[in-house]
Amino acid sequence: MDLIARDLSVSLGGRPVLHGVDVALRRGRVTAILGPNGAGKSSLLKAAAGLLPPQTGTVTLGDRGIGTMGERERAQTIGYLPQDATVHWNLHAGDLVALGRLPHRARFAAPSQDDRAAIAAAMAATETGDLADRPVASLSGGERARVLLARVLAGRPRWLLADEPLASLDPAHQIDLLDRLRGLAAEGVGVAVVLHDLAQAARIADDVVLMRDGRVAAAGTAAEILSPETIAAVFDVTVARLPESRIVVPVGRIAR
Amino acid sequence: MNRAGRILALVLLVAAAFALSLVAGKQWLPWDSPAASAIFVELRLPRAALGLLLGAMLGLSGAVLQGFLRNPLADPGVLGVSSSGALGAVFVILYVGASGLALFAAAMAGALVALLVLTALTWRGADAVAFILAGTVLSSLTGALTAFLIAIAPNPYAVAGVLDWLMGALTDRGLADLARAAPFLVASIVLLAFTGRALDALSLGEAAARSLGIRVDRLQWVVMVGTGVGVGAGVAATGVIGFVGLVVPHLLRPLFGHRPSDLLLPSALGGAALVLVADSLCRLAPGAAEVRLGVAMALIGAPFFLMLLLRRRGQAWI
Repeated sequence: MDLIARDLSVSLGGRPVLHGVDVALRRGRVTAILGPNGAGKSSLLKAAAGLLPPQTGTVTLGDRGIGTMGERERAQTIGYLPQDATVHWNLHAGDLVALGRLPHRARFAAPSQDDRAAIAAAMAATETGDLADRPVASLSGGERARVLLARVLAGRPRWLLADEPLASLDPAHQIDLLDRLRGLAAEGVGVAVVLHDLAQAARIADDVVLMRDGRVAAAGTAAEILSPETIAAVFDVTVARLPESRIVVPVGRIAR
Repeated sequence: MNRAGRILALVLLVAAAFALSLVAGKQWLPWDSPAASAIFVELRLPRAALGLLLGAMLGLSGAVLQGFLRNPLADPGVLGVSSSGALGAVFVILYVGASGLALFAAAMAGALVALLVLTALTWRGADAVAFILAGTVLSSLTGALTAFLIAIAPNPYAVAGVLDWLMGALTDRGLADLARAAPFLVASIVLLAFTGRALDALSLGEAAARSLGIRVDRLQWVVMVGTGVGVGAGVAATGVIGFVGLVVPHLLRPLFGHRPSDLLLPSALGGAALVLVADSLCRLAPGAAEVRLGVAMALIGAPFFLMLLLRRRGQAWI
């Protein structure tokens, strides 16, 4: 079952941000969504998560429109990790991760055995188990990012849509987090991740969607898309390719 | 002490404050006097029950609004509902001269108008900032209109009554006042008590909350109607009593943690205890008249709150 956007147009505050976008996100694969600032990457991710209503077009999961799913069912199926890592109250990390189980819990019900197991597994997978009793305000940026990822994983979603999850991470934690996303894809989860780092995208993505000005500039497998020519055209930068790899690094600016 | 123990302690505190409110006064209730049962049933009991419900509603709505707006400075006053209700009441006091049912109805109507305006202003989406701005503007407008009504009042003697009423009190509230306000206060408490789960999710921000299946637009309705009906009835029955909704959640956060759902029940209990104790102290103050509850609340609440702020200097506040 793929998560597919067809002819998707979305407006934010009356301003169109996506124009007739066609994108297929496939299960068991990591799709990197790349593009310059303001290209519509976050809006695409939100629309795919059912958080922005389409003006035209559809987002479907299998044979069902995402708008026809109930909130709860959608929340059980699609995990969304927002770009904004703000936590508004000084919760304990363990309580924060437990929020990921909300779509699975009946109102007023105490956490079930299954809930506790999912929370423990998510915290183990993100190596945050020893942070459970720490208030969020006392965590480092990297620890907080891992706890927030654990929050999404605790819901055991079949889809994980992450918006710039690397923003506050040092290189080692960036690689750790992306490897975790890879691992999830290997377990059959569909992963879509908005990235700015072309080299990291080349390292982990199976598929790439290149966005520009609210449109899909190019989409396909990472090997096809991450060519110096395509990147130059979309990002206005020249790139160099690391020897014997598909990793590309921006090295210069092209004036337009 | 664990959470259950702390809640039990709060319940006992409320029970003690309720008992104090029943017996305390310029005349301590003499249990063997023939007048005692009349005083008890017609004055003390309704007053204590009204204080209990009002305090619980104010404490709870403060905790809910702080969670919903993700702002530790929020309290029921920010919505402009109480000042709008006060405007309705002031109009009746000055120009109709009635009290009782007319006053209650006018204050409720004022609160209802505020709710409708808030709804219209925040119609297009749930937005905490729009909500706060709309409430602030509404408070200023209704405050100015109230001052204007007082300035052009035909009867200068009524102005003293208005100022007195605006400060809020439980003095001389009887069974009729309780019967009018209680259904609204109870409805408000019940509505707001169901918001914990959604408020917890909102601590991750609106987008994440919605991705967890929370209907934030529906939550906004529940918060708005729940607070509006409760605060409207509160203002209608007792005048404006501030401070409870702001202070109580802050006092309880160090004891019960920061998770919004963990604060709802304690805030309701804490609000009830605070209003009951403050109202008892009002009656015990020296002098012929009672100190107004709104005044007593600020006199007790503000220093306590300042002390807490001083003690927590340098620590993360929210």
